[in-house]
Amino acid sequence: MNLSLPLLAAINWHGFFFLLFAALACSLAVAVVLAENVVRMAFYLVLSLGATAGLFFLAGAEFIGAMQLMIYVGGTLVLLVFGVMLTAQAPFVSIRTPVGDRVLAGLVGFSLLAVLLLAAVTSPVWRGGGADPTARATEPMATPLGMALVGVRVDAAPTGSEDSQAAGVRSGYLLPFEIVSVHLLVVLVGAAYLARAKRRRGLPARPTVRMGGAP
Amino acid sequence: MNPLADPVGVSHYLVVGAILFTTGVVCMAVKRNALGVLMGIELVLNGANVNFVAFGSPVLRGEQGSILGLDGQVIALFVILLAAAEAAVALAITLNFYNNHATVDVDRADDLKG
Repeated sequence: MNLSLPLLAAINWHGFFFLLFAALACSLAVAVVLAENVVRMAFYLVLSLGATAGLFFLAGAEFIGAMQLMIYVGGTLVLLVFGVMLTAQAPFVSIRTPVGDRVLAGLVGFSLLAVLLLAAVTSPVWRGGGADPTARATEPMATPLGMALVGVRVDAAPTGSEDSQAAGVRSGYLLPFEIVSVHLLVVLVGAAYLARAKRRRGLPARPTVRMGGAP
Repeated sequence: MNPLADPVGVSHYLVVGAILFTTGVVCMAVKRNALGVLMGIELVLNGANVNFVAFGSPVLRGEQGSILGLDGQVIALFVILLAAAEAAVALAITLNFYNNHATVDVDRADDLKG
């Protein structure tokens, strides 16, 4: 125990958990692409999005991480799994893609990944700094976020922007919040209308009952 | 310079976001099940979300402060909400397609082909 304590103190735990969650998220996302069975794809997607929520916690955005777990993993993906269960007839559980299409998509994907990685790694603005592994927890972000959503900014302006010099009133997000909420309402009403149960055209849902007729 | 030994910065998150985005694009291109395409869209939105959170993070750049400030987190929240709305509508369309055509293969959805 005495031997292991300095070893434990030497580990950069922020970096360790970042690597753990990043490896989980990326490998499970690749597993979503490679899996043939649609039920397994949904399961891998749930785990990948959960690992991404861990990345959000590590970036100091704990409210976004909690919302990711509650809305995305708990809501959207449950909806998706219901869709999988409603349509999982035997011929559709695993639909094969031609090999040529897979190779072409892999080539396009790798070239896109090369461009994105080059842009992510080479910019000096994004490389600078880095999280201090010995820093204590920052103040919670839920209060500034909630106040900004009702139109009041209580957070500090980002350094270097023109907002930090001008000591004026910065606008919150009340109007986008209202637009998004009305949009969500309209979309859910429309989705309920689209997905309602109706008879298929051409064939009646059940045989009509004749009163007093011959069988 | 070893990228694994550096303290975790914005570019580390951008690498994760790039990988998630690319897998989502490939998933959208490869899958023939309509729900698989939907899962690819979720992966793409999630990769973009990782980037927004990294740009808005207060801790990832040390004492230099964040790039986007609170805007990154608010945009990430809006993306999560709109992804929920998009999944509901896409699932409704998929169920309608399944009711009308008795399949979820997107290659069979060619009724509008001229």
